[in-house]
Amino acid sequence: MTDTYAPLRRTPLHDLHLELGAKIVPFAGYEMPVHYAAGILKEHLHTRERAGLFDVSHMGQAFLSGADPARALERVTPADIAGLGDGQQRYALLLTDRGTIKDDFMAARLAGEDALYLVVNAGTKETDFAYIAEKLKGVATLAPRLDRALLALQGPSAEAVLARHAEGVDALSFMKVGRFTVAGAPAIVGRTGYTGEDGFEISLEAKDAMRVARALLGEPEVLPIGLGARDSLRLEAGLCLYGHDIDEATDPVEANLAWSIGKRRKLDKDFPAAAKIVAELFDGPARKRVGLRPEGRAPAREGTEIVVAADRVVGRVTSGGFGPSLNAPIAMGYVETAFAAEGTELGLIVRGKRLPARVVPMPFVPHGYKRSR
Amino acid sequence: MSELRFTKDHEWVRVEGGIATVGITAYAAEQLGDVVFVEAPEIGKTVAAGGEAAVVESVKAASDVFAPIGGEVIAANALLADDPAKVNADPEGEGWFFKLKLADPGAVTDLMTRAQYDEFVKGL
Repeated sequence: MTDTYAPLRRTPLHDLHLELGAKIVPFAGYEMPVHYAAGILKEHLHTRERAGLFDVSHMGQAFLSGADPARALERVTPADIAGLGDGQQRYALLLTDRGTIKDDFMAARLAGEDALYLVVNAGTKETDFAYIAEKLKGVATLAPRLDRALLALQGPSAEAVLARHAEGVDALSFMKVGRFTVAGAPAIVGRTGYTGEDGFEISLEAKDAMRVARALLGEPEVLPIGLGARDSLRLEAGLCLYGHDIDEATDPVEANLAWSIGKRRKLDKDFPAAAKIVAELFDGPARKRVGLRPEGRAPAREGTEIVVAADRVVGRVTSGGFGPSLNAPIAMGYVETAFAAEGTELGLIVRGKRLPARVVPMPFVPHGYKRSR
Repeated sequence: MSELRFTKDHEWVRVEGGIATVGITAYAAEQLGDVVFVEAPEIGKTVAAGGEAAVVESVKAASDVFAPIGGEVIAANALLADDPAKVNADPEGEGWFFKLKLADPGAVTDLMTRAQYDEFVKGL
């Protein structure tokens, strides 16, 4: 996904990253901070204990307008978009015609607004936007907003911190969204994120991003957090990374993301490859995405073969590393369904040796979401 | 204590009485970030100069540690099994990786001195 030959783009917070001592790496066509002075381990633990600020301005933001943009969007996703209430957002999958996963994204309906607000992955934003525009031609208009910045404030202290700068955000519960004023700047604030913690994503005009980021970093609970910790946090939370755990060769059922398919959508079978996907829901998939806990401390990285008995390969690790909050290695990957049950003993081939591992439920670390009561 | 010598792969080596102690440099530890796992070589294994001897893993990635000079592995740092963060805290001291019994202790003079290594790192 990362094209190191094309000139790299910078987010509106680039100078701040440098000022904060970030190590910059190319990612999805951008120069992004992989970690700051504290390092990945401390940044990870700090986010779980207090609050971390992430620059995710490389992600793709857009508005979808038309006579009925929600119905239009349902042409390319099995999520219940038409059923989104005012001020509600939802995790959704963008599907190919074959019913495989082209991307995962967020769709939000802002109260009193006709257009839907979408956030897609950084590495796929250009192709996603072209695909959506083409598939929805004549019924809805997609307006990418590459000019907007996106910040994520994540962690148990996120609510207290943000409420000091944005009146009313504490009233949002998990997956609710609205327009707020953050440190004097107009913003779309959603109670969401990708760390497993409570937190917010804050969409801003680029010109306001620096000021808002500085205001939030000025709070004693907040540290800047890079992409390295973002990856270990989302892995511990059992969340998929597009291009690794899900891609155009995986479908929603085997990826264990069938919960994102709307009930009405399953009955109406009106999304790409619906017949195949609904049949797979009933019959069960041939393979499944599972969580794995290797014994010992050695991480099993992406691509590691998963075996039963001595050497029969039954799957492959799609994300693997070290979980700082667990102080232990963790991984997720796909295995043949017969070996996907919780507690199944498997082997991971790490540097030619068979490392014992066990299928475990995900998330690896409990989610801290503030759900509505 | 004899002086350290360095490789372009960012290992250091200290030779005393025909025994070489090997670790990774402060620069390498800094580049790797927080070390979470070290796979030590098997005792008794013979490694050639430049051969893969150990593995060091940070939160992000795994990297090989090469033998700066050839020899037989006679010890591995047991401390790192439980506390791999020692590699970051004290890379040239408590964070050593393994010890080699050298076939040719004189070969160490082919490696960079600290001044040469510092110059090499500056050019990276």
